[in-house]
Amino acid sequence: MTGTKTQEQAVGLTQEGRFYSAERLHAMHGMMLYIRRFEEKAGQMYGLKKIGGFCHLCNGQEAVCVGMEEASEPTDYMMTSYRDHGHIIARGTNPTAVMAELLGRAGGVVGGKGGSMHMFDVEKNFAGGNGIVGEQVPIGLGFAFASQYRDDKRVSITIMGDGGVNQGAVYESFNMAALWKLPVVFVIENNQYAMGTSLSRASAETHLYKRGISFKVPGIQVDGMDVLEVERKMGEAIEHARSGQGPIIVEMMTYRYRGHSMSDPATYRTRDEVDEWRTGRDPIARLQKQMIEAGLATEAEFKQKDKDIKKEIVAVAKAAEAQPEPDLSVLWDDILTDEIPNAYPYPRQVG
Amino acid sequence: MAKITYREALNQAMCNEMERDDRVFLMGEEVAEYNGAYKVSQGMLDKFGPKRVIDTPITELGFAGLGVGAAMAGLRPIIEFMTWNFAILAADQIVNAAAKMKYMTAGQYNCPMVFRGAGGAAARVSSQHSQAFENWYANIPGLKVVMPSNPADAKGLLAASIRDNDTVIFIENEINYGDIAEVPEGEYIIPLGKADIKRVGKDITLVAHSRMTGYALAAAEELAKMGIDAEVVDPRTIRPLDEATILASVAKTNRAVVIEEGWRFAGIGAEISARIMEKGFDDLDAPVARVTGKDVPMPYAANLENHALPSVADIVEAARVTCNRA
Repeated sequence: MTGTKTQEQAVGLTQEGRFYSAERLHAMHGMMLYIRRFEEKAGQMYGLKKIGGFCHLCNGQEAVCVGMEEASEPTDYMMTSYRDHGHIIARGTNPTAVMAELLGRAGGVVGGKGGSMHMFDVEKNFAGGNGIVGEQVPIGLGFAFASQYRDDKRVSITIMGDGGVNQGAVYESFNMAALWKLPVVFVIENNQYAMGTSLSRASAETHLYKRGISFKVPGIQVDGMDVLEVERKMGEAIEHARSGQGPIIVEMMTYRYRGHSMSDPATYRTRDEVDEWRTGRDPIARLQKQMIEAGLATEAEFKQKDKDIKKEIVAVAKAAEAQPEPDLSVLWDDILTDEIPNAYPYPRQVG
Repeated sequence: MAKITYREALNQAMCNEMERDDRVFLMGEEVAEYNGAYKVSQGMLDKFGPKRVIDTPITELGFAGLGVGAAMAGLRPIIEFMTWNFAILAADQIVNAAAKMKYMTAGQYNCPMVFRGAGGAAARVSSQHSQAFENWYANIPGLKVVMPSNPADAKGLLAASIRDNDTVIFIENEINYGDIAEVPEGEYIIPLGKADIKRVGKDITLVAHSRMTGYALAAAEELAKMGIDAEVVDPRTIRPLDEATILASVAKTNRAVVIEEGWRFAGIGAEISARIMEKGFDDLDAPVARVTGKDVPMPYAANLENHALPSVADIVEAARVTCNRA
């Protein structure tokens, strides 16, 4: 890493030969910090019982969300599991709509029908938000199939966790993706724990990027706590898929600071282990340090930025909470596209 | 009108729709080079090429999910299960993804697609390959369930299912694939959610779908010899159900027998007879009777298999008792 203040065209920094402008670095840093503070707010709202059901936070995994988004095109498809707040916010969906969804409000991204686990935004090509572990993987394959069918060069970024990777559907998908050279990047967010089960207790082969070997799907491992490495390696992976070379696996080594869900105190991990990741490898602190060393920002500026973001999030939560609950009439909406009025069960009525 | 088989009728529907709409494709095990395990897709690879008629590995969950994603991305998949027995492996994608996608996304995504294949009891293949699942899928909001009983219906209903903008569970019958009858040529569409009166009668209503429609028609001929004039109603679409046609028939005959090949408990017959009770109680002169498969896994031995399935004689007997005839 070198500070490149002196570079002619722009101020920024270069890592592994790739230049990032100061403006872009600030944007990436800002988005990671935004997601961190958003998740903290969501945790707080859950504690106040304003958010119900299951709620899975991604604190610690922000570099994966942001680096991937930076590397992809808006027209590329993306889908993930139920740990989806960070990804959809990074994609550019209105955070107030995300918070409103968490609160079960009318203005939620899916009108209060989905909650934490089912965030979708068709405008942003974000296809969930899928609650069954691994379910999104064959679906992601289908988007890649559609891309190949129409030859429109869109890549399907199909995200799963280190738990999801043990589902059979994943291997069915690896096989078909390789067989037909579908443009899909299989991203494994390896945060080391599938709920309370550590990777080594669930996986015979813990190097998850090797899981495609039998299917001739190449794999790479990425430091998922380094947003610039995520951006760079993900860019290469997307190019691989887009250029017609078929699927590729990207294993993101990351860590979640919180439990699996809000009801999980995460007693299966030692304090030392959590601290090691949290204070030693935190993706936001890391980028801040890089930017300060490169003379692109000061400690004081970051402090001010954090204050501003926290304020923004308070406003987002307030605006979301001020929204009404969904109208009861929407209970019957969006079950079928072609309703058949004279057949039972009759649309929009009981019995 | 030409006389063609049930499988040729299905083939015509798929070919016509694929010619009409290039978003439609067929995917499944052995659908392309082998021309279909039951030859339903005979010649389609030659006609449409490997881009649109696609052989898959034996990977039901995977290709069902691929279909869901492709539908969400704007294509119109026809996903063939060699038989519905194997679709159990894919149930997560059908039930948790396809059926709920429109609702769960508040209408942002939908899954206009057809899952189709052979259902019901086949011949001498024992318990894992002979069973009826229409009641499983009919229980789920977001799905439509369609089951043709003859070649013309097979063509018209499959074409309508492919054009439908929702997820359709299209259950064919393995024993019926070779049935021959007159089928309209060219474009032929039968709207979903419309029952069909296969035989007009005045003394008793026999409600039967899929292969059991043929059994009910045969039973009606036997009943005629006893002086009982049976009306046979084929729902054709199981969900949503055209109960108005059934209720109108019962209002005329005042008696009903509901027939299905599947198991009795929580079966389609349970739902239909409950609806007749709820909405046509005053029309009934006798309790609604049900004829169903016996509550056992399907055995292999010919005599046991025969005994496990509903027979024409069972229908005749139930109708006779319902009509209070000696």
